[in-house]
Amino acid sequence: MIKELTKKDMLIESLNELDFSNEPQFALDLRANAKSALENLEFPTSKTEYWKYTRIGKIINRTYGIQHEPSNSNIDISSYLIPELDANIIVLVNGFYREDLSKIETENGIKISSLKSVISQSDSFIKDHLGEIAKVENELFIALNTLCFTDGVYIDLDKNAVIEKPIHIINITNSNNLISNTRTIVKAHDNSSVKILESFVNLQGNESFTNNVSEIFMNPNSQVEYNKIQNKEGESYQISTEQVYQRKDSNFTINTITLQGTLVRNNLNIEVQGEGCETNLNGIYLGKDKNHIDNHTIVDHIKPNCNSNEVYKGVLDDNSVGVFNGKVFVRPDAQKTNAYQQNNNILLNDNAVINSKPELEIYANDVKCSHGSTTGQLDKEAIFYLQARGVSKKTATNMMINAFVKDATDNISIPALKNYIDTKIDTRFGNKN
Amino acid sequence: MLSIKNLHANIEGKEILKGINLEIKAGEIHAIMGPNGSGKSTFAAVLAGREEYEITEGSVDFEGNDLLDLNPEDRAREGLFLAFQYPIEIPGVSNVNFLKTAINETRAYKNKDAITAKDFLALVKEKSALVELDSKLASRSVNEGFSGGEKKRNEIFQMAMLDPKLAILDETDSGLDIDALRIVANGVNTLKSPDNATIVITHYQRLLDYIIPDFVHVLYNGKIVKTGGKELALELEEKGYDWIKTENVEL
Ligand SMILES: Nc1ncnc2c1ncn2[C@@H]1O[C@H](COP(=O)(O)OP(=O)(O)OP(=O)(O)O)[C@@H](O)[C@H]1O
Ligand SMILES: [Mg+2]
Repeated sequence: MIKELTKKDMLIESLNELDFSNEPQFALDLRANAKSALENLEFPTSKTEYWKYTRIGKIINRTYGIQHEPSNSNIDISSYLIPELDANIIVLVNGFYREDLSKIETENGIKISSLKSVISQSDSFIKDHLGEIAKVENELFIALNTLCFTDGVYIDLDKNAVIEKPIHIINITNSNNLISNTRTIVKAHDNSSVKILESFVNLQGNESFTNNVSEIFMNPNSQVEYNKIQNKEGESYQISTEQVYQRKDSNFTINTITLQGTLVRNNLNIEVQGEGCETNLNGIYLGKDKNHIDNHTIVDHIKPNCNSNEVYKGVLDDNSVGVFNGKVFVRPDAQKTNAYQQNNNILLNDNAVINSKPELEIYANDVKCSHGSTTGQLDKEAIFYLQARGVSKKTATNMMINAFVKDATDNISIPALKNYIDTKIDTRFGNKN
Repeated sequence: MLSIKNLHANIEGKEILKGINLEIKAGEIHAIMGPNGSGKSTFAAVLAGREEYEITEGSVDFEGNDLLDLNPEDRAREGLFLAFQYPIEIPGVSNVNFLKTAINETRAYKNKDAITAKDFLALVKEKSALVELDSKLASRSVNEGFSGGEKKRNEIFQMAMLDPKLAILDETDSGLDIDALRIVANGVNTLKSPDNATIVITHYQRLLDYIIPDFVHVLYNGKIVKTGGKELALELEEKGYDWIKTENVEL
């Protein structure tokens, strides 16, 4: 007990070195608020239900350095770009927005800015809404992020703005033993539409911890597709929270693709606060070595006539561990909800483990809901069948894995990204026997 | 083409094949008949390279190669084809896409260039017409939602696409209606040449009216206990297997 308090204090202590004193009052208040919330929050233990299958010792039993201000070191980002994708590129390095590395040609109706800069300008939306849905009192890592996020991205869509060019945020860590906290805010005004992808990568960046939070505000009839690609090599830790607020007739899709990561925890919280909404949550996680990949999702249906669809597919190799916990609430008013949830896993190795727990809590009576979870191995007979036609075992395995994850990748509407993910899967499993 | 000597195979410690000897030359058609459970599918699976079976004795020479030394995909690339008794469904894997991969991996194995998209499409068109397989079925997921007969037809379609030297048809006739039977048999006969050979495993003389065998073998209890010409199939149809079983016990 005392030991854990010390760890939290030590972490907060080290973050005190960050100087936010130049920020306007609303931001200072927000951070102060986060700090007092942290006093009442403890690091989760095995007794914390929400963290039951994920031990965070790896993250908290070490000390981190922090970067105080953006560096201007040149970084070659070419290997992080998605081939054939024409996108606006935003580069974040070690928690800071790097205008010099970003490449943005905005269309009418959209503003893409560094969060730090809009805070310093006391942007009225940011002032009123930053931290409004990612509540500090709810979760330690949200509070931690709010206390010390150094920068991030603000995507601001005007009314009726239908943005053609996807936005690609490349969130890079390039220093060892570093903690970085970034924050993304998306404001989707009425009838607006945008596609975002964010890749989390590292260049060196060993034993570093990324704690990022996104808040996505969706006005009536807006559409947001958010693709999250987690691909940190080596020893790396990430806790990632997306907090989404949907108003009526809005359509939100998130595709979470975890290609690797020593410890990855994704918290998705979708509040569906309007009628006629669509919510799609898709996930693919490919565990190897001792990776631990945990996806926790909550879809809260508060209003009637909404659909949510959730498909998570896991392929776990070596000694990796997958965790899936998907909760769907259907509140008493949320009649005519269709909620569908599915988690399927393939274990490629006897030592791989999955903890899967789909959950439905239904308080309305006129709804259609289903959920299911399966775990199995690759079908050996199918692989033999393909081999018996002249396909090598590795190609056959790869075909089977591609077929398995297919219904989770089908919702990626950016063809170049879909190809990119397919290629990643091919190179990952195509070389295996 | 194929020379099998004293082949023994076990599964889970149980001996299923108990010393099979068989010689097959190019241009020949061999029928294998025999009661349920006698080891016909096991024999076919062992030739195709199914790993679950343990070969305890014997040798198989296929066109100068030690067949048992090759992995399943290389056996296929060398020209062996097995039409499965129970073709499985593989959801999410497209029939034509996987065949294209199979053809190209086979071509690469033989140091040949990949087939062009145009040639491949033409081949699909020609061969699906040969077995009268609906082109929609050809491009769907492998066998997914196919009827029993459609699955069998798809096996012959794949055989036609891959153009093997030695095809083993494991009860491809069972579950086929009369028309389908004729179509499948016609497919097999069309693909027949002096350079290739076919093994048909069947329970019914009926198929052998269409595909006329040079030899008929009876597999019983893991051994070939009788070999004859096509008239042996007629005799079996008439008398069943009991007389062979008794004969075999007497031996
Ligand atoms: N995986 C297995 N495990 C245990 N026994 C098996 C296995 N596969 C086959 N056998 C046994 O081997 C024997 C031969 O089976 P096989 O399928 O080769 O027979 P078959 O001659 O093809 O029969 P049928 O005419 O019914 O198709 C049977 O007794 C069967 O139960
Ligand atoms: Mg059989």
